[in-house]
Amino acid sequence: METMVHIFLMGKQYEVPSNLTIMKAMEYAGYQLIRGCGCRNGFCGACATIYRVKGDRELKVCLACQTKVEDNMYVATLPFFPLVKQVYDIEKVSATQQIMMQLYPEIYACIGCNACTNSCTQGLNVMQYIAYAQRGDFEKCAEESFDCVMCGVCSSRCPAGISHPQVAMLARRLNGKYLAPKSQHLEDRVREIKNGDFKELLENLMQKPLSEMQELYNHREIEQ
Amino acid sequence: MYTKEMLESMKKVEANRAANAVMEPKRMTAEENDTLLKTYHPDYREEEFDVLAIGPNKGEKVPKELAALLQANSRIHPEEIDLSRVDYDVDVLIIGGGGAGASAAIEADNAGAKTMIVTKLRIGDANTMMAEGGIQAADKPNDSPAIHYLDAFGGGHFAAKPELLYKLVTEAPEAIAWLNDLGVEFDKAPDGTMITTHGGGTSRKRMHAAKDYSGAEIMRTLRDEVLNREIPVVDFTAAIELILDENGKAAGAVLLNMETQEILIARAKTVIIATGGAGRLHYQGFPTSNHYGATADGLILAYRAGAKLLYPDTLQYHPTGAAYPEQIFGALVTEKVRSLGAKLINANGEVFMHPLETRDVAAASIIRECSANGKGVPTPEGVGVWLDTPMIELKGGEGTIEKRIPAMMRMFGKYDIDIRKEPILVYPTLHYQNGGIDITSDGQSTVENLFVAGEAVGGIHGRNRLMGNSLLDVIVFGRNAGRSASAKAKETTTGALTLAHVDAYAKEMADAGIVSDIVSPKLLPDYRRKK
Repeated sequence: METMVHIFLMGKQYEVPSNLTIMKAMEYAGYQLIRGCGCRNGFCGACATIYRVKGDRELKVCLACQTKVEDNMYVATLPFFPLVKQVYDIEKVSATQQIMMQLYPEIYACIGCNACTNSCTQGLNVMQYIAYAQRGDFEKCAEESFDCVMCGVCSSRCPAGISHPQVAMLARRLNGKYLAPKSQHLEDRVREIKNGDFKELLENLMQKPLSEMQELYNHREIEQ
Repeated sequence: MYTKEMLESMKKVEANRAANAVMEPKRMTAEENDTLLKTYHPDYREEEFDVLAIGPNKGEKVPKELAALLQANSRIHPEEIDLSRVDYDVDVLIIGGGGAGASAAIEADNAGAKTMIVTKLRIGDANTMMAEGGIQAADKPNDSPAIHYLDAFGGGHFAAKPELLYKLVTEAPEAIAWLNDLGVEFDKAPDGTMITTHGGGTSRKRMHAAKDYSGAEIMRTLRDEVLNREIPVVDFTAAIELILDENGKAAGAVLLNMETQEILIARAKTVIIATGGAGRLHYQGFPTSNHYGATADGLILAYRAGAKLLYPDTLQYHPTGAAYPEQIFGALVTEKVRSLGAKLINANGEVFMHPLETRDVAAASIIRECSANGKGVPTPEGVGVWLDTPMIELKGGEGTIEKRIPAMMRMFGKYDIDIRKEPILVYPTLHYQNGGIDITSDGQSTVENLFVAGEAVGGIHGRNRLMGNSLLDVIVFGRNAGRSASAKAKETTTGALTLAHVDAYAKEMADAGIVSDIVSPKLLPDYRRKK
């Protein structure tokens, strides 16, 4: 016998099995989701959700696909939030503090309330990565923000109007492109292929009869 | 969190951990693989397939669920659609906003084509976003595109189209360089050397990764680039039928606003289908690791317009879907967990296979262990085997899990399972559509001006795909389709638009005596409670 709980979806009460996630509970209640549902697996940030348990003062946030229902949970979904995404040319920008001042000056209006960190569905230290961005320390900003799924809940809680996920996105791209060490072996291999170095080897391989191909595959040496 | 019965079995896993961690299980021979697959792999359950009675693949078998959608009714009545009222007029129309669609859009934009993406959800709501483990490329000195070719060709049972696989492996290093140049943060050593690992069936360590958010890191970067270029993205809008011109060339699509149900017409000189996979059709009742919109829509549209499919009867069941807790039933547990040293263990605490067999073999082996061998661990949703994650830290040292697979740690941590200390329960989950629409190496289907990229393509991998070759194929073939479709658009003059093929297909259905109450494409699964 499954245990049932009462939840409130946008304020309306439903009775659902207690072992469901919020997302599955909405479907159980009869919602055919269009918005607010993406990967169903905690990676895409489509199902940002705000809830409060009756009698509790604290507003909590979560991803609906990753969170179990609780009795007397009041649920409001946040399938879209108007983040500010500035447009730039990744080839023309440089990884300096000026780029943040230019594209996202509002980060310098951060009042240090930490509402972003408290609201992060991934448990990230959001205010800290914004602080790194302010200082132009993109490597640290990238590292600290790496697990962000860009659900936008942090921005919905920010009194300074910062679009944290977009700031972090910029920092990660700058870090990945300009600051992280170059991979010499990759550049070499791309050049060798352009040079046609492997063409003959591959074409010879592709022309082999199936039996020989199977023999080669079944006895290939595997790196330890 | 675990039940009493699970905890009993877990004790045996713990007792044997030290010994199990150091043993090197032998790999199966080619003959053993063959027998195992034929006996236990879901692709070999004949009763789960139907033979198509109409269309370009008439006489061939496909999964029952796919057959029902391929041989179903259109969502539109062509006579009610006014093709003269064009809402969008572009050079290249891309259907699908995942990794392949975004890569195609960037290259088409590079070529100066007027490009537009339509997607039934949001850009980035795609299987690319959920790919965890990594992306293959032979860029290390001990590796070569030829070795990559052999691994993939053999792993796919020698069924890949050689010219497509050639493209995949030779353009792989450039794909990595392109992504890196867009700002994708690959795992690197301090000197810049890419940190690479094995995947099932690889003979060299060529799996590049961005922790276990590899696909997410690639997808969000591609999305950011599409937005920076201000390429129009029409979201929450599904393509529900292709439009051809009077000469039979692809020339656009009928679109449906998912929220308002409004019908819109997009005219294009060329069309790229980048609609992804089919996990949400739940073949054979399997759970899936796929995103919400993976319903094979592109295959339906293309087939009705006359495009041929290749290997639509072969699916990939990822060996390690989460079997417990039930809230994440079917969710992907990345193969990287095994790459980093975790082994598969049965209910008695025994290692029953090499952890890095190819996916089809590994899935069949787990199914055998849980069925014929009777050594599975019962769960509320069925059964599973252990994946002994604490072995990773025995091998790689404390902190390895948090650093290399943080998403996995978080996913189970939400249900009070600390994968650093406790093993997890896994069972195969429907993961990937090996087959799809047949293309030539320029990415074009058998319908002129209809290009295809990503998981919707068939034939790149053959009848099974190696880990890390799918993220690779969405990039290589996405870019390829973007280039080809924009070049083709330049030399194309589109004739009068028509939906005659939709009527013709309906007639073919009627003539074959097929009566269906289903409309397709499916667009989204329906998980509402059936009272």
